[in-house]
Amino acid sequence: MNLDFEKNAEQVASYLVFLKTLEPGTGSIIPALQDMQSRFGYIPMEMVQETAEALKVFSSQIYGVATFYAQFSMEPKGKWRFDVCLGTACYVKGAGDILKKLEDILQIKSGETSADGLYTIESCRCIGACGLAPVMTVNGKVYGKVKEDDIELIIASLKEDEDDNVE
Amino acid sequence: MKRLRINGHEVTVKDDATILDAARQINIDIPTLCHLKIEEIGYDNKPGSCRVCIVENADTGRLVPACVTPVEEGMNINTESIQAVRARRTNVELLLSDHPNACLTCAKNTKCDLQKLAHDLGVREMKYGGEQSDYSIDKGSKSIVRDANKCILCNRCETMCTEVQTVGALSMVGRGFESYVGSAYHLPMNDTTCTFCGQCLSICPTGALTEEDNTEELWEYLADPKKFVIVQTAPAVRVALGEEFGLPAGTDVTGKMVSALRVMGFDRVFDTNYAADLTIMEEASEFIDRVENDGKLPILTSCCPGWVRFFETQFHDMLDIPSSAKSPHEMFGAVAKTYLAKQMDIDPKDIVCVSIMPCVAKKYEASRMELSVDGNPDVDLVITTRELARLIKESGIHFTHLPEEYFDNLMGESTGAGAIFGATGGVIEATLRTAHSWLTGDDLTVVEFRELQGFTGVKETSVDIAGREFKIAVCNGLGNTRKVLEALRDGDVYYDAIEVMACPGGCIGGAGQPYHHGDMSILTKRTETIHKIDRQSEIRLSHENPMIKKLYAEFLGEPYGEKAHELLHTYHKAKPTR
Ligand code: SF4
Ligand code: SF4
Ligand code: SF4
Ligand code: FES
Repeated sequence: MNLDFEKNAEQVASYLVFLKTLEPGTGSIIPALQDMQSRFGYIPMEMVQETAEALKVFSSQIYGVATFYAQFSMEPKGKWRFDVCLGTACYVKGAGDILKKLEDILQIKSGETSADGLYTIESCRCIGACGLAPVMTVNGKVYGKVKEDDIELIIASLKEDEDDNVE
Repeated sequence: MKRLRINGHEVTVKDDATILDAARQINIDIPTLCHLKIEEIGYDNKPGSCRVCIVENADTGRLVPACVTPVEEGMNINTESIQAVRARRTNVELLLSDHPNACLTCAKNTKCDLQKLAHDLGVREMKYGGEQSDYSIDKGSKSIVRDANKCILCNRCETMCTEVQTVGALSMVGRGFESYVGSAYHLPMNDTTCTFCGQCLSICPTGALTEEDNTEELWEYLADPKKFVIVQTAPAVRVALGEEFGLPAGTDVTGKMVSALRVMGFDRVFDTNYAADLTIMEEASEFIDRVENDGKLPILTSCCPGWVRFFETQFHDMLDIPSSAKSPHEMFGAVAKTYLAKQMDIDPKDIVCVSIMPCVAKKYEASRMELSVDGNPDVDLVITTRELARLIKESGIHFTHLPEEYFDNLMGESTGAGAIFGATGGVIEATLRTAHSWLTGDDLTVVEFRELQGFTGVKETSVDIAGREFKIAVCNGLGNTRKVLEALRDGDVYYDAIEVMACPGGCIGGAGQPYHHGDMSILTKRTETIHKIDRQSEIRLSHENPMIKKLYAEFLGEPYGEKAHELLHTYHKAKPTR
């Protein structure tokens, strides 16, 4: 997936400014990646190349680090990011079925993003809200004691406040 | 200094020595796999990841990896205890649990370090089943095949590519079971900055990195009665090929190699050394032209395709300083498909030009669009030294029993100056011999530069020719080259001419040569033989090669003239820098 420079002109410009503040060297790879991740929502190849030049490292090295840490994603994420907890407590309370239902409704597998760029499904390990098991987050907002039947409603509610800023 | 005991033997070692260093000092063999140190070229890979070098600390009973464990005063190490022996074997068995059981058909069969370890450590069954990696094989380049399924994550290639060559095309990607060594964004090697020097594959211990195999295509050409198949052999091949047949490193097998090629069915057996002399005619002319007409200096040699791709991807601002001369085997192809075709009255389309090269980058080079005429490439097929050895074995030829034969004439005669192309420092030395003679009118002196030979990354000298001092540098290895180019760009150094070879030691250390397994003394022996061939040559100045004179007189006209430009020169262009 190519980075849309027109749409992201502002982010690109501000990232390049940030990049200038970093010391060249491998030590700056992680701060650069963290910044890219939060600015673009993923690690765009085009920016990796800029970064490699600025930090005087190789793009393969940056890619190596980026793929090592789960916090970085190499693909753009959907507008709505579902994260289903598969920690032990949630799992025994049926998180597996929740995930399955979500996959069925959105027609994508865990780890994938829908073609329209709206939804991403992911799973995670315990987020420390076991009292609410099974737990799911959407763009960081926690939904507790989720039942299979709730899922359609949650998705519908997302569509409704399309314009609200959930982040 | 520290003292320790290994298997009961007292050893005194340097303070920073590892257990492995100590053991090697007294000739105790501890197997290693990921670890590889090649001091001569500044290569040191010790991730401590394979654990094949496990030994027992007899005092504590703990098992430690010898390659990364520093010696402690008074240590008591046992390399032969049943625990150590079993642990080493188990670790190899674990490596094999995620390794395809494919030795019989693997390109590395009988040359693989992992296979040898499995044999030496007594692995007799595949003990651990389990999940197997399933990566697609990258065959997208003309030079290198990447099969991550066979990768044991030793990191040798990354260290070579990043630290020695400073190309950084390969890196460890992902984590845990999913990790493998690959390119950024899974790009096929063709779309990366990879120079195809192949140095990574020359030290990969398994079949994860190998060269593209072109032997089948060669058999097809040889079987086609309509094709006139000619072959040329690079200077570095003849001093290494014998190793594949059990001969000592540095044996000159020129005569037997020529016989073997004839037996295999080539219609003519020619010599790249002849084309090296031709290259010198052009490069020396271009050099003198730049010197006399205030052209750009330094001039950089351009006969190494790994180096050419390096500056095309990484030094876009310097594209105008390398010589425009094609590499010798490409010049050979261009001349064969014009001059030879005419002399022998053969349609150039029916000529198949095969190059036997020490190099995997030449495979890529032969596919470059600008090195062809109307879709007919100057060189049709590049076969490495290792591939040639295999072809000879496939043919059932008893190599060591072959008689010594000579190259065919017309494109088979060469001088000592052509021979030294195969070793670092040789190209510039040959160029200066001719330039010296042309500028001074002195045809008797053969300039020799001992100080330009050997593995030292950057070698310098200066030479007085006709009252002008010329400053010369020779780089081998791309990391060393990068340093010189950056200093040049910053104006910190001045040179009139620079020779660059991507491979440590020059082409004798090319990635298509018999594997050296890290032993650089093999490369030194090959180099010595190259220089011996030069010293024993009757003619040691390229421009005195009678067949080269004939070529210019009958066909090319002036060196560096119009016809020569058309056939023997090329251009370089910027390539993506990813
Ligand atoms: S061929 Fe050379 S440049 Fe390419 S990956 Fe291997 S070492 Fe690096
Ligand atoms: S490709 Fe070869 S050299 Fe590179 S890490 Fe894998 S096994 Fe080691
Ligand atoms: S130094 Fe020789 S063998 Fe190595 S890449 Fe260059 S031409 Fe090929
Ligand atoms: S050789 Fe020591 S850990 Fe690999």
